[in-house]
Amino acid sequence: MAIDTTGLKAMFVAIAKAIEADKDRLCMLDGAIGDADHGIAMALGFAAARDAVAGLDATSHPTDVFNTAAKSFLNAVGASSGPLYATAFMRAGAAAKGKAELSDADFVAAFQAMAQGIRDRGKAEPGDKTMIDAWLPAAAAAGEAILQGKSAPDALNAATAAAANGAEATKAMVATMGRSARLGDRSIGHVDPGAASAVTVIDAMARSLGD
Amino acid sequence: MKTKKLINDGARAVEEMLVGILAAHGRHLHAVEGSPRSIVARSGPRPGKVGLVIGGGSGHEPSFLGFVGKGLADACAVGNVFASPPPDPIVGAAKAASGGAGVLFMYGNYAGDVMNFDMAAELLALDDVEVRTVLSTDDIASAPFDQKQKRRGVAGNFFIFKAAGAACDKMLSFDECERIARKANDHTYTVGVALAPCSLPQTLRPNFEIGADEMEIGMGIHGEPGVQRGPLRPADEVVDDMLDRILAEMNPSCGDRVAVLVNSLGSTSLMELYIVNRRIAVRLADIGVGAHATWVGNYCTSLEMAGASITLHRLDGELQAMLDHPCDCAMFRAG
Repeated sequence: MAIDTTGLKAMFVAIAKAIEADKDRLCMLDGAIGDADHGIAMALGFAAARDAVAGLDATSHPTDVFNTAAKSFLNAVGASSGPLYATAFMRAGAAAKGKAELSDADFVAAFQAMAQGIRDRGKAEPGDKTMIDAWLPAAAAAGEAILQGKSAPDALNAATAAAANGAEATKAMVATMGRSARLGDRSIGHVDPGAASAVTVIDAMARSLGD
Repeated sequence: MKTKKLINDGARAVEEMLVGILAAHGRHLHAVEGSPRSIVARSGPRPGKVGLVIGGGSGHEPSFLGFVGKGLADACAVGNVFASPPPDPIVGAAKAASGGAGVLFMYGNYAGDVMNFDMAAELLALDDVEVRTVLSTDDIASAPFDQKQKRRGVAGNFFIFKAAGAACDKMLSFDECERIARKANDHTYTVGVALAPCSLPQTLRPNFEIGADEMEIGMGIHGEPGVQRGPLRPADEVVDDMLDRILAEMNPSCGDRVAVLVNSLGSTSLMELYIVNRRIAVRLADIGVGAHATWVGNYCTSLEMAGASITLHRLDGELQAMLDHPCDCAMFRAG
């Protein structure tokens, strides 16, 4: 399959819808170890990204969709999730540069660039109890699936499963980054809200590709 | 159960507040054309002066934009409730504040603020605006002394920004302004106590749970958990607990001078704050430390959170001169 600008726009619609539906749960998770606004920031950011990319015309390339999403997400949100997701989309835009449409392998390369962008901007390592604990295994699983000759939807399904496992594993971790770091051992037992929302985002991307 | 707030629309709360602030304080403040979240002092920025840009999330009023004015901050970037502003309004504020002698970024040490302000600094470097950053880390309950760089910035910003703003207003060099800003941060010690949560306008739900008879010492200004939760005790005992933590680290000698800030987290009354200050005055007198100046009231709030913070700012001749330097801001005047 080939993923073009129309497909990517639909993907942002799907992500925004999924995050909006998940907003209250994400705020509750954040309330346990942070300041209870993660769902609000994510919903605001993806709604802004959805609306901004919807305004792109038919001559736009996938890289324009990602770059537009990055800028609109960032300026709607600020916070921590703003720079992290904006950097993710900018890296995806760079990976997609010059292509009118993305092959399955191109799409997974852009997906992996997103994870790397989040890691570079936030400087979190695996085990720090952040969204990286969902994004890195997801990127690895998607890459492996493509190497095995699977399609992009299948690769993203594998990524969703890996992200979900990664998010679940954050329960046992002690937070060392961001506001929850101040909790130390008291963060144990709670899922990291950034990892939880990453699963929702990746799952929505997978479903959108499968449609 | 939803909390009660006098708002129209939670999603528009920051915008509507800003309109009200500019209507009330138009003599001091204006927004950058095309960048409504970049708030600039009408009098302040000028050629050859180091520009001071502060900022952070909304919900802490009068922090941060209330401290924009001649003699203090030149401009402020305003974020969503409890969320760092994105890079664009920070860039807008910095360009308005820049007098060609460099721009100092000062804000509390939070991961989101650091990422957004750093991205703004990268963008400004492309336009040849030199930016240096001094993070405030005055909340001594937020990390141990040996991890001071991890501490968050809270109400002590008041003294830290004041010192830096005075240095900038005196037309000192970029190096000197930065040095004084760092020194002011090193001389500022805050501990807070929370009694009841706040709620965000978008959720109208308490942002943490605490028992009806409980308090939490060291809680952050966004409800980040503190160092000790227990039954609420009489004010004097709570103040003693907080001051003991501050004095243990500040280690003052008889004859030292400090400035005192007793700050409400939002809904704690002036009556309670003055009861707190009564005990602080007794304790300082007991150890022979002089209170050069004291401020009591709302300086760095957490919406309607109940509780207070105590900040001591240890003075020497230089920091006292910075503190006594006049300033005329939208929500604060001195000298």
